[in-house]
Amino acid sequence: MADENWKPKIIAIICNWCSYAGADLAGGARIQYPPDIRAIRVMCTGRIDPLFILKAFQDGADGVLVSGCHFGDCHYLEGNYKAAKRMFLLKSVLKNIGLDDKRLRMTFVSASEGAKWGTVMTDVVKTINELGPSPLKEFAR
Amino acid sequence: MAEVKNKEARIGVFLCHCGTNIAGTIDIEAVKEYAKTIPNVVVADNYAYMCSTPGQNKIADAIKEQNLTGVVVAACTPRLHEPTFRNATAAGGLNPFRFEMANIRDQNSWVHMHQPEEATEKAKDAVRIAVAKASLLEDLVPKSVPVEKTAMVVGGGVGGMQAALDLANAGIKTYLVEKSPTIGGRMSQLDKTFPTLDCSQCILTPKMVDVYRNENIELLTYTEVEAVEGYIGNFDVTLRKKARGVLTPAEAEARGIVGGGCTGCGDCAEVCPVIKPNPFELGMAPRKAIYIYHPQVSPLIYTVDFDACVKCGLCVESCGDKKAVDLDAKDELITVKVGTAILALGYDIYPIEKKFEWGYKNYDNVITSLEFERLICASGPTGGHLIRPSDGETPKKIAFVLCAGSRDNTDTGKPYCSRFCCMYSLKHAHQIIEKIPGAVPYIFYMDIRSFGKMYEEFYYRIQNEGAKFIRGRVANITEDPVTKNLHVNAEDTLLGRPIDMEVDMVVLAAAIQPSAETEKTRRLFGVSCSQDGWLLEAHPKLNPCGTTTAGVYLAGVCQGPKDIPDTVAQAEGAASAASIPIHRGEVELEPYFAQCLEDKCAGCGLCVNQCPYQALSLVEKDGRTVMQVTEAKCKGCGTCGGFCPGGAIWMQHFASPQIVAQIDAFLLGGEQ
Repeated sequence: MADENWKPKIIAIICNWCSYAGADLAGGARIQYPPDIRAIRVMCTGRIDPLFILKAFQDGADGVLVSGCHFGDCHYLEGNYKAAKRMFLLKSVLKNIGLDDKRLRMTFVSASEGAKWGTVMTDVVKTINELGPSPLKEFAR
Repeated sequence: MAEVKNKEARIGVFLCHCGTNIAGTIDIEAVKEYAKTIPNVVVADNYAYMCSTPGQNKIADAIKEQNLTGVVVAACTPRLHEPTFRNATAAGGLNPFRFEMANIRDQNSWVHMHQPEEATEKAKDAVRIAVAKASLLEDLVPKSVPVEKTAMVVGGGVGGMQAALDLANAGIKTYLVEKSPTIGGRMSQLDKTFPTLDCSQCILTPKMVDVYRNENIELLTYTEVEAVEGYIGNFDVTLRKKARGVLTPAEAEARGIVGGGCTGCGDCAEVCPVIKPNPFELGMAPRKAIYIYHPQVSPLIYTVDFDACVKCGLCVESCGDKKAVDLDAKDELITVKVGTAILALGYDIYPIEKKFEWGYKNYDNVITSLEFERLICASGPTGGHLIRPSDGETPKKIAFVLCAGSRDNTDTGKPYCSRFCCMYSLKHAHQIIEKIPGAVPYIFYMDIRSFGKMYEEFYYRIQNEGAKFIRGRVANITEDPVTKNLHVNAEDTLLGRPIDMEVDMVVLAAAIQPSAETEKTRRLFGVSCSQDGWLLEAHPKLNPCGTTTAGVYLAGVCQGPKDIPDTVAQAEGAASAASIPIHRGEVELEPYFAQCLEDKCAGCGLCVNQCPYQALSLVEKDGRTVMQVTEAKCKGCGTCGGFCPGGAIWMQHFASPQIVAQIDAFLLGGEQ
């Protein structure tokens, strides 16, 4: 933990229609946020198999962000509800295997919320920095 | 599905400078050198603008020369240029779906402008992640579906009418759906239009008649959208035809009443004993429980307000042999099939009483601009005589408060400019100078925004006519309890002096907001909105009429405040855009369909209920139960693929191995 050079590895899996568009809008508005998060685009958060997130943690991720549309706003009607249910369940699994469930976060950022995307990015990096490296890191690889 | 050719992948990486947008922050050379070391990468190149013709040629040439199996472009965002680079990939002879984009501008160089080193590292990761996916991409073929040769326009204001007329005149059968009993919208409530001062009704009513008479337009007034299913080319829209209580001549004939149906004579309203405020006159004039809004309505058919009706039956008697009134009418649900749809949902006036400091609804003589329009209109409740609501006197000294609730960052205001209030307030000033001898308008403004064609000239004209302009936002308004005169308190920011001006009447140029039904309707059509509730266009500059839902387009104020010329122009744009798929006759759907891996499928059927589109079903195949996808119904969300406990669903272009490869590429440094 005392590794001075440690930088958090955080992966974001985000939906094409709301959060990815919101992230693009943050760029258009030149909203600055920490550069520690790498985003993967899927069409809908409903696509996200909980196994993807477990794989990320197994690979050594310090944090995972899932971000989709607001409830009622899903491009595919209800994918975000299903994702939210799965993430809720997965959080309890993480807790039970001894991983702080704050390392997994689900947020709802719309295509018009560029500023909110910046806030989410900053906040997620802050949370993971406070938590330090994932205890699974040693098992990774 | 195609076999994944991981081992043989040959990937080309192309880095865009985007001028200095990317290269000003990210060290492109460093990323290029790094890219060459990533497994499967056989060529890495860069160019100032990859989206330009020479940039695209680089991609096509490299595909041929290097025999590439996949292309990665690191540039802006796939939401902007994925189609561009897919075309370039296809031009090189490769299946366009073997392209993957790394976003190093919108989500990198623009948001880490002061951290070039970190941004460069992030760009390397982004390229590595994209290469991992590109190595696993497969050939896909878009599915062509036929397009229904009909269109729908929701909202019968001037924008919706124009869009419907254009579509109809282009030979497309168009359903025009309007929630109120008549078309015409806000524009029919206005007296005159700026800067030409032509009468709003005079230019609008001929258009209303055109809409009513057009053979290609099916006008559905007093009707609301209830449900929307389907996709571009094949929308099934369920409409609720609200119980009108009055039969049109056609409906009467269908019931065997020869020569019957409403002729708009008004005998029924004459005898109706129930009196209600007329919303068209903003409650300043009465209407009966069986009513029309105003004499120019289209269609000229009366409507029963069943909330107010006491069912005395006098109207039925007075209608006589026409037998047009049916007090037992019920709502009716109908479903129509359309290829494309245009939303023209309009706006409402912001409830300006929320700005309590101006006393609207507390002080009789504080009115909104829309109320002013009705009061100054010759066909309005006062026959065009502007009067003070408190005593019926003619006001001589009138204050206009601009930006009332607009450009206001407090909790009770709207941050945006409502865009036409400056101009109509100038018009109001002109009207009172013209109509009331000796009257003086005092305009309290922040800035006068007269940006349109002939608008600035109109502003000068009103100045010369004698309107007084005071630059300052009105702090508060108080009422003299005896005379009902108003004291307007403001700071004249040009003179740097406080003002307390006694006036006879105050007109608030109230902000506008999306109409009440916008939220419900946009959700039915799957259209996003901005933080203020205005509907979100597909691209603010390059696609202002489209939305992110294919086949759904926007016209008029529902997309953002705009005046009549801009609304009509956008409506014509939307009509043109909406007619394209219909005239082409077919559209290509992105082939992100779910596929069942039948050898893994246990036939449990859990996925069937996950699908919001009923695209999945269980079938018997070779003696066992497996899932089957109806591709035309599948929209590619992947909710089933994220759920299948057996990993038996292959989401084309977003397959599990492809996503896991991306995760691994980031976290394991690209080593498999």
